[in-house]
Amino acid sequence: MRLKVLQKMLWAAVALAIPAYGALHLLDERAETPVAEVSFRPTFSLLDAEGRVRMPSDFAGKHLLVFFGFTNCPDVCPTTLAEVAQVMEGLGDDAGKVQPLFISIDPTRDRGLELAEYTAAFHPSILGLAGDEAQTRAAAGSFRIFYEREDSSGAPDGYTMAHSASLYLIGPDGNWLRQFSYGTPASEIMNDLKQRL
Amino acid sequence: MKYLLTALLLSLSATPLLACETVQLGSLEISEAWSRASIGMARPGAFYVTIRNTGATDDALAGIATPVSGKPMLHETVVKDGVASMPHAPAIPVPADSTVQLEPGGYHGMLMGLTQVLKEGETFPVTLTFREAGDVTVPVAIRGMGAKDAGCVDKKD
Repeated sequence: MRLKVLQKMLWAAVALAIPAYGALHLLDERAETPVAEVSFRPTFSLLDAEGRVRMPSDFAGKHLLVFFGFTNCPDVCPTTLAEVAQVMEGLGDDAGKVQPLFISIDPTRDRGLELAEYTAAFHPSILGLAGDEAQTRAAAGSFRIFYEREDSSGAPDGYTMAHSASLYLIGPDGNWLRQFSYGTPASEIMNDLKQRL
Repeated sequence: MKYLLTALLLSLSATPLLACETVQLGSLEISEAWSRASIGMARPGAFYVTIRNTGATDDALAGIATPVSGKPMLHETVVKDGVASMPHAPAIPVPADSTVQLEPGGYHGMLMGLTQVLKEGETFPVTLTFREAGDVTVPVAIRGMGAKDAGCVDKKD
């Protein structure tokens, strides 16, 4: 009988240890997943500015150039969207084969901030998506990217967002192709895309 | 191609000469002060500038003030393991005989609580406070949302 109790306790310990180990592993994942691994298919189900649900299948046949950010971000996000705009301009006739997406990782605030007007100010082709918190978590998890709210007295509304700042390229079949780390010149992204289109 | 595009972008946006002029404060030379146009006033703007210290004394940019922002602050964009965050920078060192750039992806001023819309082609003043050299006010050129630098013709890239 005593052994049974001990056994139960041990099993309980195992049951606790497995998620704990998983959580530790998740914390490790703050570093982005290396790209050179088996291809995967990131997915999302998020609302556009008109309230329509958008999914990868809506863009089948196109390359997706995806950035996760937030519109209160004064530096990294405008800089990257400016690069995307330059890429789209540079692609010329091939621009229609690429759909740039701006996925908000601060969706509640961004939905009230004219997301479509924001993305269009950089380039009319950029589509802004902002789901609810759960949809956003799911999309980020699917892309294997990181974001986190950080309290900061020196930021609007008392918080800012830390987030993976790369651009992610998804192929016309929905498979992950590669990422462009923050600061990759537009010319480099354009040349890569031109070889694929 | 890259240069052609840059040239095209530059020619499309009228660049006020003011931002490309250098303002002198003791041994500090301040130039290329610029900002991006804003959509409305709900989101913070960013402020970029180049500071050259030709002297033998270390200095530091301790703060900025401007009538267009109720709460301007210095920040630094840090990208670590692909993740960008934006810690507050109490001061930005300007060591002797060196050039420091507030530029996209690095140090920048965050202009919170905009008091007016930042319109492309216009300018606004920013007062920079240095620990040693004191205060200086420079004109800041408002460039398009897609701008990546002050757009001065002498800039190498």
